[in-house]
Amino acid sequence: MEQTEPAKKTVLYCAICTLPPEYCEFSASKKKCEQWLKETHPAEYERLYSDQAVTEKLAMTTLSEDKVAKEAAKMEKAVSKEEARMARELEKKMASKVLIKRVERNKRKCVTSVFGLDVFGVDLKKTAKAFANHFACGGSVSKNPQGLDEIVVQGDFSEEIMELIHKLHPEIPKENIAIVEDEKKSKKKPAA
Amino acid sequence: MFKKFSLQETLSGQNPVKSSVVRGIRTKLCTSYPGIEPHIDLILPKKSNLVQLKCKDHITLFAVDNEIVFFQHFDLLVPTLTLLHSFPDILPRVQVDRGAIKFVLSGANIMCPGLTSPGAWLPEELAEDVVVAVMAEGKETALAVGVTKMTAKEMREVNKGIGVDLLQYLGDPLWKTQL
Ligand SMILES: [Zn+2]
Repeated sequence: MEQTEPAKKTVLYCAICTLPPEYCEFSASKKKCEQWLKETHPAEYERLYSDQAVTEKLAMTTLSEDKVAKEAAKMEKAVSKEEARMARELEKKMASKVLIKRVERNKRKCVTSVFGLDVFGVDLKKTAKAFANHFACGGSVSKNPQGLDEIVVQGDFSEEIMELIHKLHPEIPKENIAIVEDEKKSKKKPAA
Repeated sequence: MFKKFSLQETLSGQNPVKSSVVRGIRTKLCTSYPGIEPHIDLILPKKSNLVQLKCKDHITLFAVDNEIVFFQHFDLLVPTLTLLHSFPDILPRVQVDRGAIKFVLSGANIMCPGLTSPGAWLPEELAEDVVVAVMAEGKETALAVGVTKMTAKEMREVNKGIGVDLLQYLGDPLWKTQL
């Protein structure tokens, strides 16, 4: 006799903290998580955050009231800390620049290096591959003389790369991406 | 096991697994985990493109379609938490009480009291060295994957020390690793 194939279950994960939403309450970003769930999955939000659900959770907690208050204060502190950290990170991101540089290797050949994408949480390896595919050329991640990672693409693609970054990562503000000329010429061109 | 894991730093090689080896892994999975057998053709089809990612410290990850579905430590082959969420009945279960959740989420091994208190649950019979799904009081999705360090009977009687060693938990670096 043929058994019916059991299906794979799809699980919802929080876009903020990556956990299943029922575990968001333990995450330092729980306020943002709650907001996200409310906006994107109202039914699930209702199930997890309704008054009844909250009361049930409280009943489960075996801690004394005093301890509950302490825990809440601790959690509050962790949350505000996390929020401050996120704000700092955002500030850092906004202040940092992605630099696209054309570097001449000899008279005819040159490479384009892209520095600073990692600050914006971009996976360098994947992006290097995407660049390589897009321009049908060699693309890799390598360390620059300062020991920091950058993407190096064979050929001169400064303008095209800038457009591609806009397209692939619209979250990076345009004014934070700049094309710089090689030091030898020491001429800086403003971002287009 | 993955508390301080970084794929970028530990990956030493990545290669597709031959179909003859896939067959061997299928057999191993079915014998180690009877719960996997009914789902094996969904989890790891005979002709699946299984990729093996060798890491340091005797850890190997296995991925199908860019999703890590198993990890191996020495000889122990374990389903990832992600796979467990997709197929909730592939592992025997234990349950921790609500108070233990935050400790597990910070990577602590599970102490016996967290498995024997009123909010917790243990099966009647459970042997030592068994890979289990760690559920949590009031939650539907698994919190972690672990391996028992003593039998369920001993956990109840001794009620001290580590009952379940944590292998993978929600939010750990492996959980966050994307291929
Ligand atoms: Zn969340």
